Amino acid sequence: MSKLENDYDVSAIRSNFPIFRRSVNDLPLCYLDSGASSQQPDSVINSTSNLHKNKYSNIHRGVHTLSMESTELYESTRTKVKDYLNASSTKEIIFTSGATESINLVAQSFVRPLIKKDDEILITHMEHHSNIVPWQIICDLTGAKLKVAEIKDNGELDIDSFKSLISDKTLIAGITHISNALGTVNPIKELIDYSHNHNVPVLIDGAQGASHARVNVQELDVDFYVFSGHKLYGPTGVGVLYGKKDLLEKMPPYQGGGDMILSVSFEGTKYNELPYKFEAGTPNISGVIGLGCAIDFVNNIGIDLIIKHEDMLMNYAVKKLKDISEVKIIGEAENRAGLVSFIIDGIHPHDIGTILDQQGIAIRAGHHCAQPVMKRFGIPATARASFGMYNTKEDVDYLVHAVKEVIRMFK
Amino acid sequence: MNNLRELYQQVILDHNKSPRNYGKIHNPDSFAHGNNPLCGDTIDIYLKITNGIIEDVMFEGAGCAICTSSASMMTDALKGKTESEAEELFNLFHEALTNDKEIDLSELGKLAVLTGVKDYPVRVKCATLAWHTFIAALKRLDEEISTE
Repeated sequence: MSKLENDYDVSAIRSNFPIFRRSVNDLPLCYLDSGASSQQPDSVINSTSNLHKNKYSNIHRGVHTLSMESTELYESTRTKVKDYLNASSTKEIIFTSGATESINLVAQSFVRPLIKKDDEILITHMEHHSNIVPWQIICDLTGAKLKVAEIKDNGELDIDSFKSLISDKTLIAGITHISNALGTVNPIKELIDYSHNHNVPVLIDGAQGASHARVNVQELDVDFYVFSGHKLYGPTGVGVLYGKKDLLEKMPPYQGGGDMILSVSFEGTKYNELPYKFEAGTPNISGVIGLGCAIDFVNNIGIDLIIKHEDMLMNYAVKKLKDISEVKIIGEAENRAGLVSFIIDGIHPHDIGTILDQQGIAIRAGHHCAQPVMKRFGIPATARASFGMYNTKEDVDYLVHAVKEVIRMFK
Repeated sequence: MNNLRELYQQVILDHNKSPRNYGKIHNPDSFAHGNNPLCGDTIDIYLKITNGIIEDVMFEGAGCAICTSSASMMTDALKGKTESEAEELFNLFHEALTNDKEIDLSELGKLAVLTGVKDYPVRVKCATLAWHTFIAALKRLDEEISTE
């Protein structure tokens, strides 16, 4: 065992997650669906009740103690997110309801006012529906065209295809950092540099990336980076849009309402400064504060150690599953992270999912909101095991054992 | 695992492996497309109806074992039935899978093996997709049928 594995005390980490004290179908929970939603540690779960028991009030407007304390907690998360992404300013951190809303915000506030008929939006074939449909809506409204860079048989992005589709008509490129269906880690720095050389700004969908990679938005020079709290050990209903300040400043508000204004009159309204211009209405206060706790939790362990641990699990799972002749891995990119997607000859993923659930194992079976990826590989769905900081080699062993059971059952 | 054996009985696995009445009917009297957006399962149902009697019914599609075997068994059960008998059978089957009250399974004949799916609420839609699609074809509804 390497020193690193010794340093990483997975059972101590796991003990912070109360969900693992329950059983499923009278068996210990084996949770391999963190790619959909990761579980939450006590500190995140307790943050909500702590807030509501001790400090809760609306933020940004009260002169009273509770409002000031709530505001301070809420805004401290903004600083934590800024540091987590290595952004240069908290003005660049917008809280949203999730990665989906973040992408819709960029589509509606950045792209829509600029785009003209026959302009193009470039995405890749491996995007989640949330990085496809918001752009299609814009295209439908404006007559712009959606261009799609191809993926190769091993699940890697076809870089040449991507480069060939960038043109002077391209208004933005939307690329996933890590594919939720294939696990492919895209070479986003190379793609961002190439796009910038052609004056194309880039949005990176970090829904998987924020929890399985170290993100440095300044080094990447990325224009927009989005992620969701609930895939980073935080609560649902909260997410982040990172945007470069100069771009965000030029963008009109996404929604109108309270908190996003400096002054309102019927003659005209003056919008608030960044980041508040994009946070209309009372936000998800407890969600944002919970996200801050989740980031603290990740930082206390160290994202690099978490990535190493998850890589070890993924490689172990791939190796073990490959030993089963009926199993086929979907997505074998050289650089991948966080998950393994697979199919079994003659057995539909939903049947695999149900049978695994009976053994206490939670995986995702389906198209993973990435139907074009499924179509690309000529399959209706896959079974996906995805990993979090709390998973163990035993989890993988359970999975592999159960997969063999499924095959025996269908024989 | 024993419960599972009840769900994935040999007869279900057999219909899944070799579905009956699989394919198209050329020039059908009616056709409908069904889709479960949650999981991407799809079913096409083709009908040949003469004098109110279902002369032939075929299906095509991609789905799980529950979905495929249910479609296969449904086509077997429907052939030769009148339109109203078929609707009655649909109601009975639907009730058996979604309703808590005890029903007489003998009326379902071979379809009774699928009632085990009741214990797996998220999978009920898999078993009923073919039936909903069939009803759409029977009633010549134009819209695509979705289980959502």
